[in-house]
This record gives sequence, structure tokens and C-alpha cells, in this order.
Amino acid sequence: MIKLRNVSFSYGENEVLKNVSFETGDGKSLVIMGPSGSGKSTILRLLLGLESPHEGEVLINGDNICTMSEAQKRETRKKMGMVFQDGALFDSLTVGENVGYYLIEHTKMKFDLIGEKVEEMLGFVGLGGDNVIDKLPEQLSGGMQRRVAIARALLSTDPKLMLFDEPTTGLDPFATRNVLNLIRKVNSEKGIATIVVTHQIADAIEIADKYVILHEGQVAFDGGLDELRDCSDERLKNFLEPFRESFRLVLGKNFVDC
Amino acid sequence: MYLIGIGSMFLIVLTGIFAGQGFALAFSVELADFGAKNYLGRIMSISIVRELGPVLTGLMIAARVASGITAEIGAMKSSNQIDAMTAFGIDPMSKIAVPRLIALIVMVPVLTVFCDAIALAGGWVISIFIAHVSSTMYWAAVKERLVFGNLLIGLLKPVVFSFVIAYIACYKGFTAEGGTKGVGKATTESVVLTSITILIVNFFITKVVFSYLKGYL
Ligand SMILES: Nc1ncnc2c1ncn2[C@@H]1O[C@H](COP(=O)(O)OP(=O)(O)OP(=O)(O)O)[C@@H](O)[C@H]1O
Ligand SMILES: [Mg+2]
Repeated sequence: MIKLRNVSFSYGENEVLKNVSFETGDGKSLVIMGPSGSGKSTILRLLLGLESPHEGEVLINGDNICTMSEAQKRETRKKMGMVFQDGALFDSLTVGENVGYYLIEHTKMKFDLIGEKVEEMLGFVGLGGDNVIDKLPEQLSGGMQRRVAIARALLSTDPKLMLFDEPTTGLDPFATRNVLNLIRKVNSEKGIATIVVTHQIADAIEIADKYVILHEGQVAFDGGLDELRDCSDERLKNFLEPFRESFRLVLGKNFVDC
Repeated sequence: MYLIGIGSMFLIVLTGIFAGQGFALAFSVELADFGAKNYLGRIMSISIVRELGPVLTGLMIAARVASGITAEIGAMKSSNQIDAMTAFGIDPMSKIAVPRLIALIVMVPVLTVFCDAIALAGGWVISIFIAHVSSTMYWAAVKERLVFGNLLIGLLKPVVFSFVIAYIACYKGFTAEGGTKGVGKATTESVVLTSITILIVNFFITKVVFSYLKGYL
């Protein structure tokens, strides 16, 4: 179980998160939304222990990641997967080595076997037939790199939590569909908890059990879809306004009072 | 390892040969005044093996390799690759820094010995053609000063320099901030700082060794 309790965080003078609290259960799917710069990526960084909050606690299964030793942090991180907003592929390694990174580093698995798993995972994200395995990340398009990043995060021994930072941004509709199916599959078939940051409300509705909406570093909303629809918070209405259309398309009905 | 070693070879050859010739030329003129040209080999041997070889090699590697290491790590940091590595439960410090340190510890002493040899050969050319000291005389004098103490200093220095280069280059890379510009700045700082540190450390090693190992020199 993941829990943020009264977390505040700043980059220098810039106060990014103010008293943020929310939680999500094992195997649940949480979607974090909010305007650009509201601190979504920062929350994922806090969950991985890449940054430490100035106040409050980040609890992973009851353990505060901020007070762990480096070795404990490493063990905790092995149970998590992260897809960075910009992919963050290792640019000196081939696509195959990127995707197999976890297995190469943390297991004694045979090289051939890793190769097979990598192929399989690349097929899973729709890059099977393209012969990308021996290419370098820079030789791929942005959307392909993103899918490689997703494959890399998924190919670990047994993750308990997957973090996706805007996994579908910049993908064509077909790839978007694949990635969303993938996230749902990870969540429902493997029982892995997912936390997904996205701007696409249609995507969010498809995968979320629960929504957290940030506004200027504070939690503006925390709850399920029904509550979201009935919510009358002004900030929230403003944020959701641009998505009115997609809401209607996806749900076949309006949100809030329209 | 390959990049540090073979890649730097040409640079070291050039530096070594010209520095050796320059030294020999200057010394031979000065020694001729005292009628002591036959000592050319001894002076060359001491100055090159103990000081010039290690320092020149250190500085060349600082310019060529420290900059590369800092830029590489800095770029990895600014594109989140370091964070990605951390997120995989890996300690980027040991994953990235240790292999580079090991490569340096192996290659810098080897290159130093190489530089010494080239520089001494450069001196030899001068001694024959310009200073008119016979080849046998020169090499005998060189050998006379290749004693344990001098060799020890000559090999201890590059090992210490390797640590200096690896530490500063990695540190500057890991702490680079502010995108491409920040990486550029960190790279420059890394080269300047390693070069200065090498010169300072060089002095202190010589000093300490002079105090404690005088009998072997
Ligand atoms: N490394 C950093 N140094 C300083 N400030 C930062 C840094 N990273 C992010 N910030 C600041 O923190 C705030 C939140 O950033 P964050 O990346 O979490 O936003 P976000 O919600 O993910 O936005 P987006 O939707 O555009 O990705 C922003 O105001 C940003 O300027
Ligand atoms: Mg972001």
C-alpha cells in the first residue's frame, strides 16, 4: 500500500507540493491529473525516493522511504517500475539491453533467455516486427522510445507497483490503445498497483479506480469517478472544463452540472 | 579502458617526444657551461621519470578523459538516466564511477611509463645530434638514476592522479545542474580543477617522498 501523509516539498524557493496526502491500495489503479507544473512528476519522484519531502511521510507498505538506508531503498525500488516522462532510456545501450536491463543487472538469467523475454516484451508494446532490438534509442521515434521505456519498466522479476509518467503523450491512437490495454492488463492480470500520470481524461477513465487531481501543489480532488462527476469545487470545474467533450464521449453523459 | 588507453596514446607520444627534446636541449646547453654534458642522461632520467612524465600524462588525461567522463555523466543526469538507474535499484555511483576508476588506475601508469620512454628517447635524439653526447654515455647515465626510489615516485604519482581524475570528473558530472549549459560548465570546471589538483598533489608527493625516502633517491 502506498500512502503520502502531509507531504510538502520545494525545489529551492519554489514550493511544489503543499501538504499532500492520499493513498492507494495493493493492486489498485490510481490516476494523477492536474495542470502542467502542478507537481505530478514530483510525486512520482518522491515515491521512488529520488527526492525527499521536507515535511510529511512517503509510506511504501508502511515503511517510510525517506528514512530507509540506501540499501533498503534499493531493495524497495526493485519492486517498483517507473516510466519517466521523457523515457530516460540509456542512450549508450541498445534497445534490447535497455529492455533487459533489470534482468541483466539483478538476475543470473542466461543471455538467450533474456533475449527471448525482451523480444516478447517488445512484441507486447507493439515493437515486435520492427527489428528495433539492436538499434540505439536515438534511432527511434519519440513514440517508439516511450514504448521501449514502458517495456523496460515492465520487464522486471516481480514488480508490485508501476509508475507511469504520461505514458500515452505523443503516441498515435493505435499505440495509445496498446499502452492503455497494457496498463490495464498489468493491473488486472498481474495484480500490480499502478499510478498513472496523464492529461488524457479519456485514458484516465479507462484505467482508474481512483483519481487524484492536483492544483498548484495541493490535492484538489481525491476519489472515484462518481464523486468526480458530482464534484462542485470551482477549481476542479475549471480544470475539467476543457475535457467536457471527452467526458461526454467516453461516458455518454456529462459531468457536474452540465 | 580502450578509449582511455589507446585513444590517448598518440597524444602522449607527441607530448612526450617534444617535452623530452625541449628539456634535453635546455639542459645540454646549461650543462655544457660546466663541462658536465655527460650528466645529461642523469638529469633527464630524474626529471622525466619523477616529475615530467607523470605530470604531463596526468594533465593530458585530465584534459582528454576527465572532460569526457564529466560530460558523459552530466548528460546522463540531465536526461534522467541516472534517476532511471536509481529507480532500477542500482547504485549509479558504483555502477558508473568504479569501472572508470579502475580503467584509469590501469591505464594512467601504463601511459606514464610510455610517456617516460618516449621523452627519454626524445632526449637521446638531442643528446646525439645536438649535444654530441654518445649514445652509450646517455643511456648509461639514464640507467644510473633509474633507482628504486625514483621509479616508485614515478609510478606512485600516476596511481594517485587516477584517483584525483576519477573523483573530480565523476563528482562534477553527478552534480552538474542546469541542462546542456550546466554540463558544459561542469566539464570545464572538471578539467581545470583536475589539472590544478594534479599539479598540487604532484608537489606534495615529491615533498613527502623527499622527506621520507631520501636514502633511496
Ligand atoms: N529539477 C528541478 N529543479 C527546480 N524546479 C523543478 C525541477 N523539477 C521540477 N521543478 C518545478 O516543480 C514544479 C512541478 O514540476 P513537475 O515536473 O512535478 O510538474 P508536472 O505536474 O509533472 O508538470 P507536467 O504536466 O508539465 O509534466 C514546476 O513548477 C517546476 O518548475
Ligand atoms: Mg511531469
